[in-house]
Amino acid sequence: MKHIRSHVLVCGGTGCASSGSKKVMDVLREELEQKGLAPEVKLVETGCHGFCEMGPIMIIYPEGTFYCRVQPEDVAEIVDVHIYKGRIVNRLLYREPISHERIPNFEHMQFYKKQMRRILKNCGHINPEVIEEYIAAGGYAALGKALTEMNREQVVDEVKKSGLRGRGGAGFPTGLKWEFAKNAPGNQKYVVCNADEGDPGAFMDRSVLEGDPHRVLEGMAVCGYAMGASEGYIYCRAEYPLAIKRLNIAIKQAMDMGLLGDKIFGTDFSFHIKVKEGAGAFVCGEETALLASIEGKRGMPRPRPPFPAVSGLWGKPTNINNVETFANVPDIIVDGAAVYAAVGTEKSKGTKVFALTGKINNTGLAEVPMGISMREIIYEIGGGIPDNKKFKAVQIGGPSGGCLPEELLDLKIDYESLTAAGAMMGSGGLVVMDETTCMVDVARFFLNFTKSESCGKCTPCREGTKRMLEILTRITEGEGRDGDIELLESMAKTIKAASLCGLGQTAPNPVLSTLRYFRHEYEAHIKDKKCPAGACSKLSGYLITELCKGCGLCKKVCPVEAISGEIKGQHVIDQVKCIKCGACMAKCPFKAIIKG
Amino acid sequence: METKETQGCCCGGNKDRFAKVDEILAHYKGVKGALIPVLQEAQNAYGFLPKDIISRIAQTLKIPVSQVYGVVTFYSQFHLNPRGRNIIRVCQGTACHVRGAKAVLKALEDELRIAPGQTTTDERFTLETVACLGACGLAPVLMINDDTHGRLTPETVCKLLDRYQ
Repeated sequence: MKHIRSHVLVCGGTGCASSGSKKVMDVLREELEQKGLAPEVKLVETGCHGFCEMGPIMIIYPEGTFYCRVQPEDVAEIVDVHIYKGRIVNRLLYREPISHERIPNFEHMQFYKKQMRRILKNCGHINPEVIEEYIAAGGYAALGKALTEMNREQVVDEVKKSGLRGRGGAGFPTGLKWEFAKNAPGNQKYVVCNADEGDPGAFMDRSVLEGDPHRVLEGMAVCGYAMGASEGYIYCRAEYPLAIKRLNIAIKQAMDMGLLGDKIFGTDFSFHIKVKEGAGAFVCGEETALLASIEGKRGMPRPRPPFPAVSGLWGKPTNINNVETFANVPDIIVDGAAVYAAVGTEKSKGTKVFALTGKINNTGLAEVPMGISMREIIYEIGGGIPDNKKFKAVQIGGPSGGCLPEELLDLKIDYESLTAAGAMMGSGGLVVMDETTCMVDVARFFLNFTKSESCGKCTPCREGTKRMLEILTRITEGEGRDGDIELLESMAKTIKAASLCGLGQTAPNPVLSTLRYFRHEYEAHIKDKKCPAGACSKLSGYLITELCKGCGLCKKVCPVEAISGEIKGQHVIDQVKCIKCGACMAKCPFKAIIKG
Repeated sequence: METKETQGCCCGGNKDRFAKVDEILAHYKGVKGALIPVLQEAQNAYGFLPKDIISRIAQTLKIPVSQVYGVVTFYSQFHLNPRGRNIIRVCQGTACHVRGAKAVLKALEDELRIAPGQTTTDERFTLETVACLGACGLAPVLMINDDTHGRLTPETVCKLLDRYQ
């Protein structure tokens, strides 16, 4: 038997690939060949580890050594020192942002230690393009169990008992949704997987699809069995070419093995899955719009009822769940609802994957039990805020969510607590903001997003978001007036109440939550014509402090000759002439120019 | 095939022009909800969606041209005008926004002297913005064609352009 003494796992997810992991793989393959090590060292291209910031990532087993930001020129040293001599290449190890300690094993890294990886457990550990690796990790056991040992009612019951709720945003109980679709009359039914992950700041679905596509297919097949559907669609956004490629590979492999297709496991159950590529419309994440898009129409939502469970794709009963929701299903079936539900809070069970981004040391994916506090995620897993800056807010739930202030850092996260705080779970994007982020500008940013993505069907959303954006833009430009805040509040209320779909109903949330917790920033913009964060360029100027050595570089670089001063003397900026381009601040070698 | 080339009449030319879209349409014959995938593949083949190709698709799929046009203009992926050889898509997501995507876009606008949505006169680049590329860990990011580039600054972004001719 061939003896493999070492496994080298290189991440091939989108994050690491754009940092150059393909090249690292190629050089490594060559190097192993040259040294004659190829037969005893197995090279595996994995999916995403969820720690994209540190990419390209390489893990070497059996030790579990975690190397980060590996460049092609580091490969020779890794092969020579680690694989050949069995010593660790210290300089490539991850360094903890707070203790500055180098950590050799990824299991000991703060980023991973605090996590509970269920959905992501295979991501970064198996080759997503090889079905055998998924099966070896326990894959397709759930489908086998469901089909051969359980009837349809039992499957639905198990999912209901697990307490699983939709991971796409609103958190509707998944088992209940399955039951509606199961009980709906009709011979032809459909399972649809919503992989149109459009929330800016969220990328967990992408990582699951790229790193463990079979888990999603298996979840869909179990759902198909439970509700009596023989066809499934995955609606994936076109911006994720690698996810689409891997899904298609996975479907083909599962078909070849008889794990999808006709008469699965010799039963009467047949299930086929097709991938549909989105065409670039955020609103298609809304379920009725998504169905319209699969049918080849403009992706516009329609009023509900009838709900898709009764009349969905081509008028047939349809069950739509998000990628992460389906990825939860195999564990529920294999381990049972009780084991699954042992984790989480009273009303929110299991784990949730959060995408941690923005002004934070460790950006990446964090899968944590429901009920964990925001502080634990940001300071323990995320490693805190870089450059000794002060935490200001965390934006959760994308354009439908809200901004939570420091006072709420100890909030236990679940669906209910977040909604009560004026945010929402959404897809689980967490964007951390520090003292240099202006909250009015953030609200304006999200309104600009929802305004451009509004499909235009209903007036409150189409016109309302536009008017709110105009007011917010005016405020950030120093043209805010008395009464603007009240006007924003009243419009927000109307848009929430009167819009047709989730996009409009939640669009004002970013404004409402920033008004709730950061009203003083709005007031400073409107009354004092100041941006406390120094982010709104029309409301903040550049100042030269006493650190100025009089080198004259800023004077030279200023495009409008607004800076004056003698060589070796203090320079000053003429605020009237200054166009606030920031060129002087970028050029100053002594960091003497500040924004304020 | 030979006769077609030697003839060179308008009808022969048209046949050639429609050959690609006809092949795509034949592939999707009888498939439900085929319009969007047909448009996607046609755009890949022609670079954008010219008027006559849209009419051809509408005719074959027996859908009114107005409806096809409605779908084309609804989705940001479809284009009615020719585009550059290289497509730059600058991410405007939240994580990129707080990490300075504005400055990156500004640098590209200045370097290429075009605004988002426009194409350079030599048709080398089309500049676009995109809501989120889902590579937030590397913010700010952009995509040039199918390559994702991350951790950008206004200085590094302009250097990237040399690689794409």
